[in-house]
Amino acid sequence: MAPPSQGAKLKARSLVLVTLIVAPAIPIALLGAILFLTGVTKPGVLDAFVREVLGHDPATWGGTYLVYAGALAILALILLTFGAVISGMTVWYEMRLSSRMQSRVGYNRVGWGGAFQWIADAVKLLLKEDLIPAEADQLLFRAAPYFVLAGFTLTFVALPFGESLIAADVNVGIFYLTAVTALVVVGIIIAGWASNSKWALFGGIRSAAQVISYEIPAGIAVMVPIMMAGTLSMQGIIRQQGAWPWEWFFFRNPAAAAAFVIFFISQLAEGNRTPFDLPEAESELVAGYLSEYSGFRFAIYFLVEFGNLWVMSAISATLFFGGWQVPFVGPQDYVDAWGAGGFPALGWWGLQALSMLVFVVKTLIVMQVVIWVRWTLPRIRVDQMMNLCWKYMVPAAFTMFVFTALWQILVDRVPALETATGFGLFGAFLVTLVVFSRQTLKNISLVRGDRIDLTNW
Amino acid sequence: MAQPVRDYTGAIKDTFTSFWHGLSITASYLLRRPVTVQYPDRTPLPLPDMLPPRYRGFLEVDLSICTGCQVCERTCPINCIQITLEKDPTNPKLRAITQFDIDEAKCMFCGLCVEPCPTGAIQHSREFEGSMKDIRNLTIRWADPLKPTPVFKVDKSAEYYPRAPLGSLVRAKFDAKAWDAKGPQYLPPAPPAPKPAPAPAAKPAAPAAAAPTESK
Repeated sequence: MAPPSQGAKLKARSLVLVTLIVAPAIPIALLGAILFLTGVTKPGVLDAFVREVLGHDPATWGGTYLVYAGALAILALILLTFGAVISGMTVWYEMRLSSRMQSRVGYNRVGWGGAFQWIADAVKLLLKEDLIPAEADQLLFRAAPYFVLAGFTLTFVALPFGESLIAADVNVGIFYLTAVTALVVVGIIIAGWASNSKWALFGGIRSAAQVISYEIPAGIAVMVPIMMAGTLSMQGIIRQQGAWPWEWFFFRNPAAAAAFVIFFISQLAEGNRTPFDLPEAESELVAGYLSEYSGFRFAIYFLVEFGNLWVMSAISATLFFGGWQVPFVGPQDYVDAWGAGGFPALGWWGLQALSMLVFVVKTLIVMQVVIWVRWTLPRIRVDQMMNLCWKYMVPAAFTMFVFTALWQILVDRVPALETATGFGLFGAFLVTLVVFSRQTLKNISLVRGDRIDLTNW
Repeated sequence: MAQPVRDYTGAIKDTFTSFWHGLSITASYLLRRPVTVQYPDRTPLPLPDMLPPRYRGFLEVDLSICTGCQVCERTCPINCIQITLEKDPTNPKLRAITQFDIDEAKCMFCGLCVEPCPTGAIQHSREFEGSMKDIRNLTIRWADPLKPTPVFKVDKSAEYYPRAPLGSLVRAKFDAKAWDAKGPQYLPPAPPAPKPAPAPAAKPAAPAAAAPTESK
C-alpha cells in the first residue's frame, strides 16, 4: 500500500473538520430554533409583536390569528424535524456505541466516524420502491404509518425543553403523553392486520399485548412523581423539583427510585426495545409488523422507533431527574431576567439556553442507558415478558403507589425526612456508581493483556 | 401450582444481579480497544508485516535468474503460466525467453510452481492488492517479446541466486497500470458473430493451444 499522499492527508483533515462542524451543528441549529420559537410563541409575546412591530391592536385586529397560526405551524414543523433528526442521530450513536461494546468499529464511512450515515440511510430509504402487497388491505396499509407518526409527533406538544421552552404546557401534560403514545400501538396493530401476512399479524398482536400490559405498571409508576408534585403538568412536575440531585424526585423518595425502575422497564417494553423487541423478533417473525413495509413507510416506523428513545428519556428526566432545573437559578430569576418590555431581554434567552442544555444533557444520559441496556440483555420470551409484567411489575407499582401516598402524609408532618432521604439515597447512588466502576475495571483486568484503551475509533 | 416465595424473590434478585453483571461487562468492553483493523485507512503495522509468515500472494518472477526450464509451466495444474523460448539471435548457443505470462486472475495460489524452480526465480510475493477493472490486465507479462531475455546459466557451486527484493517487481507491474486501464487485446477476443470467413483462421489456433498439453 502506498503511503498517503499530501492531497489525501489534506482531504482527510478537511473531512474531519467538516464533520466536526456540521454534525453537531444540525441538532444545535434545531435546538436553537426550538429555543427561539417556543420562547416566542406565547400569547404575550405574539401580542407584543402584533402591537409593536405590525402596529395593530392585537385584541381587535383580525390578522392576530394568522400570526398565531403561522407561528404555531413553524413551531410544529421544527419540532417534527427535530424528532426526525434526533432519531437519525440516535441511530448513528447507537451503532457506534454498540459496535464498541462488541469490539467492532461500526459506521466509519460517510463523514468522519460515519457521522452522516443516518442521512445516507434516510436518502436510501426514500429512494426505495414503495411496495404494497397485492393481498394487503390497501387503505389500512397506507394509513398505519400515519397513526404511528402522529403518536410520536404529538408527544412533542407537551415535551419540555427548558424553563419556558415547551410547545404547550398542558395542565394534564403527563396524562396527555401517556394517551398519545398509545396511538403508536394502534398504528402497529393496523400495520399487522393490513399486511395480510402471518408474521406481520403475529408481530402486531404481540405488540398490542405487550404495550397494553405494560401501560398499567407504567401508568401507576408515573402516579408516584405526580403524587409528589401534586400536578399533571410537565413543567409543574419539574418546578416541584430542585436543581441538585438530592432535590430530584428520584432521590427524595425510595419508592420513586423503584417507580423509576418500573417506569423505565415499561417504557422499554412500550417502545419495543430490546429486551422486549418480541414484535420484531427476526428469528421468529422476520421483522414482525414491519415485514411487508418498504421505502418511506418503513422509514417512518424506523424514525418513530428511534425517536421514541428521546421521548421516553425526556419523560424520565422530567418525572424523576429534575428536568431543566439549573443550579443557583430560582423561578424568580427567570422573571427578573425577562425585563420590562413585551419582548424578553437577552439575559432571559441565556437562562433559557442554560436550562435547555441541562435538560438535553440529562435526556442524553438516560438515552445512553437505554442503548446500553439494549446491547447487554438478550430478548426475553413471551411468557417471561407477561410474567414480568403481571407478577412483578404491577404488584410492585401498586406497592410504590400506596407507599408514596403514606410517604407524602409523613413528609407533610416531617419535611426534614425528605431532605434526609434525598442526601441518603444520593450518597447510596454515588457509592453504587463507585462499586460499579470497580466491577467494570475488574472485568477488564481479569482478561490478561486487556486494559483501558480508547483508541481505534 | 403455587410459586414458592423464595422463587419469587430469587427471580427479582436474579434480575438485578444479571443487570449488574451484564451492564458492567458491556461497559468494560466499551473501554477496550476494538479488534477491528481499519484496513486500508489505518493499519497498526505496515501491511506486509501483518500477513502470516507463509502468506502466498501474487506470483512474482525475476527473469534475470530464470533458467527457462519451463518446469513451472508444466507443474501448474491450471495452466496459468505461459512460457515461450526462442534461439537468442545474438548468441545461437543460448535460448532467450520471449514470453513469460502469468494469469494472476487464474492462479489459485497453490505454490506448486514455486517448489521445483531451480533458482527461486518464481515465488509468491506478499502482495495482494491488485484490483483491475479489466481481467486481462491481471495477466502479467514478465518477458518482453521485442527484447528477449537470455536464460540464466546456473552456477552449480552457487548456494544462493540473488534476486530483486520479493514483491518489488510485481508491485511495480501493478502500479504501472491504473486500476481502470483498458485491457490489452492479445487474448482471444470474445467470439464475434458467426461469419463464414474466420472458420479456417481458427483452425491453426486450436493445435497451438493443444501443444503444451501434448508435451506433458
